[in-house]
Amino acid sequence: MSDAREALTRAHREEWARVVATLAKRFGHLGTAEDAAAEAFATAAERWPEDGVPPNPGAWLTTTATRKAIDQIRRDSKRDGKHREARLVSSAPAEPLGAVDDDRLRLIFICCHPALAMEARVALTLRMVGGLAVPEIARAFLVQDTAMSARITRAKAKIAAARIPYRIPSAADLPERVSGVLAVLYLVFNEGYLATGPGTAPVRDDLAAEAIRLARLLHELLPDDGEATGMLALMLLTDARRAARVSASGGLVPLDEQDRSRWDAARIAEGHALVRERLASGEAPGRYQLLAAVNAVHTDGDATDWTQVVALYDQLVRLDGSPVVRLNRAVAVGECDGPHVGLALVDALEPDLAGYHGFHAARANLLRRLGRTAEARDAYDAAIALAGNTAETAFLQRRRDGLQG
Amino acid sequence: MQYLVNVIDHRSNSGTDEEMVAIDAFNDRLRAGGHWVFAGGLADPTASTVVDGRGESPVLTDGPFAETKEWAAGLWIIEAPDLDAALALMTEGSKACNRRLEVRPLYAG
Repeated sequence: MSDAREALTRAHREEWARVVATLAKRFGHLGTAEDAAAEAFATAAERWPEDGVPPNPGAWLTTTATRKAIDQIRRDSKRDGKHREARLVSSAPAEPLGAVDDDRLRLIFICCHPALAMEARVALTLRMVGGLAVPEIARAFLVQDTAMSARITRAKAKIAAARIPYRIPSAADLPERVSGVLAVLYLVFNEGYLATGPGTAPVRDDLAAEAIRLARLLHELLPDDGEATGMLALMLLTDARRAARVSASGGLVPLDEQDRSRWDAARIAEGHALVRERLASGEAPGRYQLLAAVNAVHTDGDATDWTQVVALYDQLVRLDGSPVVRLNRAVAVGECDGPHVGLALVDALEPDLAGYHGFHAARANLLRRLGRTAEARDAYDAAIALAGNTAETAFLQRRRDGLQG
Repeated sequence: MQYLVNVIDHRSNSGTDEEMVAIDAFNDRLRAGGHWVFAGGLADPTASTVVDGRGESPVLTDGPFAETKEWAAGLWIIEAPDLDAALALMTEGSKACNRRLEVRPLYAG
């Protein structure tokens, strides 16, 4: 009984995306694929405890889902023959990619298509690729089930009506499309890792874990893509510190005060190996690879080597000179060359970042280190007023209340 | 599959000669690739008349059906196998006419 349940959980994790992707290709319709996959898993939940787990669960699920889809199509065509929805346009990749031609890759690219709104991409990816139930996604993003369901339905309708193709992009478009997929995965990860909104648990482990699972799948499907590798490494190295990141009282614990024995050694080792693999490739790193490298430095040895962090942020600023990236560089410079130098760089960013809590938090910390207590207190107040995360607010309050004088 | 492409504008009669040359060249490329169905410029929305013929006698109203800050200043109808192809083509079209474009599927007849 519990063996069957365990097998079903594992099959759901490992086979859901493959079943949906295969059926979407065969029947040319995402909704049909989704419904049939859900029915097949429901049937498995009934039958496996009675009949035993089939020797090849994935094949059993695909066959069952295919039968369910055919039944559904027959019922639909009897009910309303002319109301057939548009079929997905699919084709083989235009050029060989050095990647596996896997239907799951098509599924990922269609869910993260740039013609869909970002929130629709996130919802569709979690449903179609991740296999999360609509109420789970709704809870994770703090919206009503009906609203989330409507969001997913609208996205599927647009894919059909506008003929968004079920296709692996051409080699020329691939980097940009992969970066679109990575943006979706990173958003899911951060939503889990740094949840916002009062009353939410500071860390929603399930979303972060889901993002890692999806990043792992993308890396498996595109093993030579440096940024996909970088994203997986970045998530692993960030998530490895999760247990040490929030104190028993619910406050954020800064890196240098974290109990390193509570870090997840396996995740750190895997993340470091991926970063080393990218370094060995000799290819110029993209943004996620650089961020992964920064986190590799943070998790290497007993303390962060800030000179290396500054060097990595120098590279990142050349790729992405956005104010937030420059702020992170300024913080690293402050650790390296002293708070005076860091503060001058941070202050220069005020016109762009006055509404961002991270800016005020960084300033507050530098002012505190310089002993400019009154100014530090004001900066902490500004940061607390803007911070949305409960753990972060708790940390900022503790720092503010600990100011001397 | 056909797509209607609206040329988004917020100023009246704002097209330049240079843009017209670029648009002509782009239309030639659309024809050569078998994507051209129709293209045309539109008069200013203030030249519109709304007609409602559903009642016994038609009701005519001066002006466009919706007052908006932006409107369609022209349109294309193109033939493309899918949205990716349509968007790739109209990225070039947007450069040629120097305007943002709305790409919208037409239902197959």
